[in-house]
Amino acid sequence: MTGRYVVRTAALGYLAVLLAAPVGYVFWRTFRHGFWPAWHAVTTPDAVHALKVTLILVAIAVPANTIFGVLAALAIVRHRFPGAGVFNAVVDLPLALSPVVVGLALLLLFGRGGWLGGHHVVFALPGMVLATMFVSLPFVVREVVPVLREIGTEQEQAAATLGASTLQTFRRVTWPAIRWATAYGVVLTTARALGEFGAVSVVSGRLAGQTESLTLYVQDRYQAFDEVGAYASAVVLALIAVTTLILMTALKPKEETR
Amino acid sequence: MRRISLTLILALAFPALAAGAARDTKLSLVAYSTPREAYGQLIPAFQKTAAGKDVSFSQSFGASGEQSRAVASGLDADIVAFSLAPDISSLVQKKLVPQNWVKDKWHGMVTRSVVVFVVRDGNPKKLKTWSDLLKPGIQIVTPNPFTSGGARWNVMAAYGGALRAGKTPKQAETYLAQMWKHVVAQPASAREGLQTFLAGRGDVFLAYENEALFAQKKGQPVQFVIPKATILIENPIAVTSTSKHKPQAQAFLKYLRTAPAQRIFAENGYRPVVKGVTQGLSFPNRPQLFTIKYVGGWTKVEKRFFDPRTGVMAKIQASSGG
Amino acid sequence: MAASAEALPAPKARRSAAPGLAVGLSTLYLSVIVLLPLAALVWRAHGWDAITSSQATSALKLTIVASLAVALINAVAGTAIAWTLVRDRFFGQSVVNALVDLPFALPTIVAGLTLLALYGPKSPAGVDVAFTRWAILLALLFVTLPFVVRTVQPVLLELDTAMEDAAASLGASRAATFRRVILPNIFPAILSGVALAFARAVGEFGAVVLISGNLPFKTEVVSVYVFGRIESGDVGGAAAASVVILALSFGVLIAIGGVRRWATRHDR
Repeated sequence: MTGRYVVRTAALGYLAVLLAAPVGYVFWRTFRHGFWPAWHAVTTPDAVHALKVTLILVAIAVPANTIFGVLAALAIVRHRFPGAGVFNAVVDLPLALSPVVVGLALLLLFGRGGWLGGHHVVFALPGMVLATMFVSLPFVVREVVPVLREIGTEQEQAAATLGASTLQTFRRVTWPAIRWATAYGVVLTTARALGEFGAVSVVSGRLAGQTESLTLYVQDRYQAFDEVGAYASAVVLALIAVTTLILMTALKPKEETR
Repeated sequence: MRRISLTLILALAFPALAAGAARDTKLSLVAYSTPREAYGQLIPAFQKTAAGKDVSFSQSFGASGEQSRAVASGLDADIVAFSLAPDISSLVQKKLVPQNWVKDKWHGMVTRSVVVFVVRDGNPKKLKTWSDLLKPGIQIVTPNPFTSGGARWNVMAAYGGALRAGKTPKQAETYLAQMWKHVVAQPASAREGLQTFLAGRGDVFLAYENEALFAQKKGQPVQFVIPKATILIENPIAVTSTSKHKPQAQAFLKYLRTAPAQRIFAENGYRPVVKGVTQGLSFPNRPQLFTIKYVGGWTKVEKRFFDPRTGVMAKIQASSGG
Repeated sequence: MAASAEALPAPKARRSAAPGLAVGLSTLYLSVIVLLPLAALVWRAHGWDAITSSQATSALKLTIVASLAVALINAVAGTAIAWTLVRDRFFGQSVVNALVDLPFALPTIVAGLTLLALYGPKSPAGVDVAFTRWAILLALLFVTLPFVVRTVQPVLLELDTAMEDAAASLGASRAATFRRVILPNIFPAILSGVALAFARAVGEFGAVVLISGNLPFKTEVVSVYVFGRIESGDVGGAAAASVVILALSFGVLIAIGGVRRWATRHDR
């Protein structure tokens, strides 16, 4: 039994240093002057508008990347098309680009003189949505692919031989198996979309009260030495991420409880 | 009956429409990040004047270089206000700002500042001059001049300071190389630089006076010293060639150079470009103050010092390790 | 038996549209969202000396080595954390589970500020690693924390404990059970998380830029170097450097895929 305690202590120790302490610090900096200063800081018109912008970005990017993620995972694992390995690696590439370069690429594409320039994509919400989709693309794919590989195809084949259609097979056999993975993928995608700063900063044009997301607002507050404003906004983002996780885990059916 | 009522409606609607159209002038201000609070006060003040009565603003604040690149990539702007002139010159090259933007009484500038040494409480290492920075063990924090255009002011202040001390240009370049050996952190921006220094790194942080004053105003424990020889920072502003509301934009620029507006800038830490607005505020004169012209002007300086391949600073960075 | 053999051709015919649709749609999406911007970048790449200068190669080496180290540490730590969250029971477990994604949701400037305050010159614990290479490692470990944890968790949740119970009843130690029974099953998931962690670490800018000090040849990572190129007006060079970084990352990701195929070769 000591093995369990060693692993637990090591894991929790690691988390204490890398997770608990930083998160605790953020909460401390937010609330050290009390609850109301923090509340006022995140209920200014600019802050509320920034929150709305962030929620719009999340509401578009996460469902799109989720559907893509499940389709792509099925394509990579089940349908063995030529180039699946390359496709699989390309899916991760968005992460390897630093955010400023992501923004630069989008400006090169949609900015003045770009291939698709002149359509009011950048310096407006569409560009910000594209940037958010770009940086949060891989997570559902990465979550679902290992699970699909792990469960194997026997059950799906059995369903097929019993006469189930593709949709029925997916709904009855595949989906229940990848549900957890998809849920965690959604959580990661949402968290990433919430926290994205660099790429969105470059393509947004930073129009106050119009194209500022909550992460851009955090930077503005930081720039103005408004410590409570910056940290409190970060806490809002963190709370949304945690809420997403709670929603995802709450939606699990009773029979999967361990 | 119908004809009469239609005429009546049009007659009533027309003045309303006309008035609405006049109120429709929306100016787009694209500026660097530091003067955000200043413009937050200046714009309402402008709107109380006759010229600004029917003008509304959309505002964008960000890092100077990033904002300049955004305008070059198509960000709509009527007025651009950046940290240093090269960020506007690059727009002149792209035909987005007219070449004559410098041809007014203030050479296109709207605010000023100076490079200062931010030091620890009480200045324990007694840092007053540029040569003090070379004392053994002194640790310097300065933003990276390649990731922060504004940090170029710091480099030119150091270089010009060496020239003022009697060095030749070659010796002044050597001074820069020696100084750079003392740099222990090169944050990506001025704001991050102050953060780095306040977090405990270094003995001195090279900053701009207006940022130090602003930080003090916001309750940060910032102490600074202005060296005798330092550069006069000048922040430019211009109306773009693509502006669809040039008269109103020019009116705003004119307003920004009036005494009340310059007083607002001064209260936010900037040295004004007009006289007589600094009562009660402290902007000490420095005996060996110089401008960017003293060290060659921005065009020459950009090429000689900051070319990413052949510049003096590029060579200094490249030889700092390797 | 004969009946099911006769029924076989019909389901195949009905299924033929689905693979094409999944592959086609996802490829289209990937092309528009990812490949198109990357193509614009490659098109503008120009001035390859931006990535061959000694400062650039030093930044590149530092970034790749740090990213690989971070990926490996995450492989071990992430698996341990996933294990603790799924198979263990302790007070506050669900709270810990809820916090795991936070390094991701927090804007990177906040990550940088927090790490600087906690593990910099004014560290309340007396641990000062700021402005050294360890700081880069710390910042990267922070932002990549959720990856391996979240890719391994769903697989562990799906894992049938029957095999582990069988191994235990046959007298295998816990370590042997882990190594022989569990690990092979979660290994692809670990690799998946490792790939994500590596890629993220290579591209990270915001969390690292404040705490590292950005000293060329010492603590300058390649994303800061590229940013410097953009700010200095050398967009072509920045694009060229980014393309090289992408190519290198692509190589590592393909290699990770190869490791996975080799490790699961007995399953095929």
